[in-house]
Amino acid sequence: MAALRSTASALLGAAAARPSLRMAAAAPSAFRGMAQLADAAQQNNTASEQANLKTFQIYRWNPDQPSEKPKMQSYTLDLNKTGPMVLDALIRIKNEIDPTLTFRRSCREGICGSCAMNINGTNTLACLCRIPNEDKADMKIYPLPHTYVVKDLVPDLTQFYKQYKSIKPYLQRDTPAPDGREYRQTKADRKKLDGLYECILCACCSTSCPSYWWNSEEYLGPAILLQSYRWLVDSRDEKTLQRQDALNNSMSLYRCHTILNCTRTCPKGLNPGQAIQSIKKQMAF
Amino acid sequence: MRLSGLQKEVLGLYRQCLRECRKKPEATRKHFQTFAREEFEKSISLDKRDFSAIEFLLRKGRRQLEMYASPGVKDIRK
Repeated sequence: MAALRSTASALLGAAAARPSLRMAAAAPSAFRGMAQLADAAQQNNTASEQANLKTFQIYRWNPDQPSEKPKMQSYTLDLNKTGPMVLDALIRIKNEIDPTLTFRRSCREGICGSCAMNINGTNTLACLCRIPNEDKADMKIYPLPHTYVVKDLVPDLTQFYKQYKSIKPYLQRDTPAPDGREYRQTKADRKKLDGLYECILCACCSTSCPSYWWNSEEYLGPAILLQSYRWLVDSRDEKTLQRQDALNNSMSLYRCHTILNCTRTCPKGLNPGQAIQSIKKQMAF
Repeated sequence: MRLSGLQKEVLGLYRQCLRECRKKPEATRKHFQTFAREEFEKSISLDKRDFSAIEFLLRKGRRQLEMYASPGVKDIRK
């Protein structure tokens, strides 16, 4: 797993940004404190620090006026008074500048997957994406690509959830546990689920996949296939053959052409591309 | 008059709405029918070439229809 992951990262040149994201995600409770400190410092010695301005261009579209075209709206914030992540900036825009700005957010620490959006051309979670400090260029924020937009940055994920439901993402067994208590598995079997169960279904990978853009009705997409594999390798699940059978057609699984955009974009550092390859291997042998 | 594909889809959705109305209890059927009609009339002034808006409203309408068509919904009023 590690080997394939590192080669994929090296190939795509995506490895550089990741460690800093991780570190930031590890200390989320410090954000508010830091913002307050920054504010206080500014008030105490006003002239000592220059305002660090940054412009955010955000996709706006209001369903109540459907005949109006979507547009980009610019907001300028002082980064010295804002938390380090894009989500902090969005929340600040909503609180202080424009309360009509709409986006999904919940946990602000990359565990819920609500704030998935397209930031500077990459699908990622706004709460795990740092605002680049040295770069003065505007940040462009769009909803996830190739999704129907509900409003502003909120995508319609109905199809995505329907597909998730279609793979039956739960344990299927007919025989009871031998000791009548828990379904046990060996440490080795449990280890197979690492790198699969962490997926938070943020839909960043699926909406970055060109194959999914063109065939989202029938192709399941990387996120759902990763979950599918999570149930295929689970040693406690007894319906492996039926699960394989459901994938055994030209569309559901085999529309994956190993473009590996999914692996490159995954904000949690998972590897859906490898999981899909493993399914293909499992189906072939 | 020849209708475009999009116009046919809109009319199809309206007919589907009326058909679903017939499955509702007789006492409240009228409410459903007027509701469906009003929903369509809200955007009657839309330009017929405004495809993206019409497509969005079609999607929205289908979602609404799916919701209101469920047998749990017995009555509808403003």
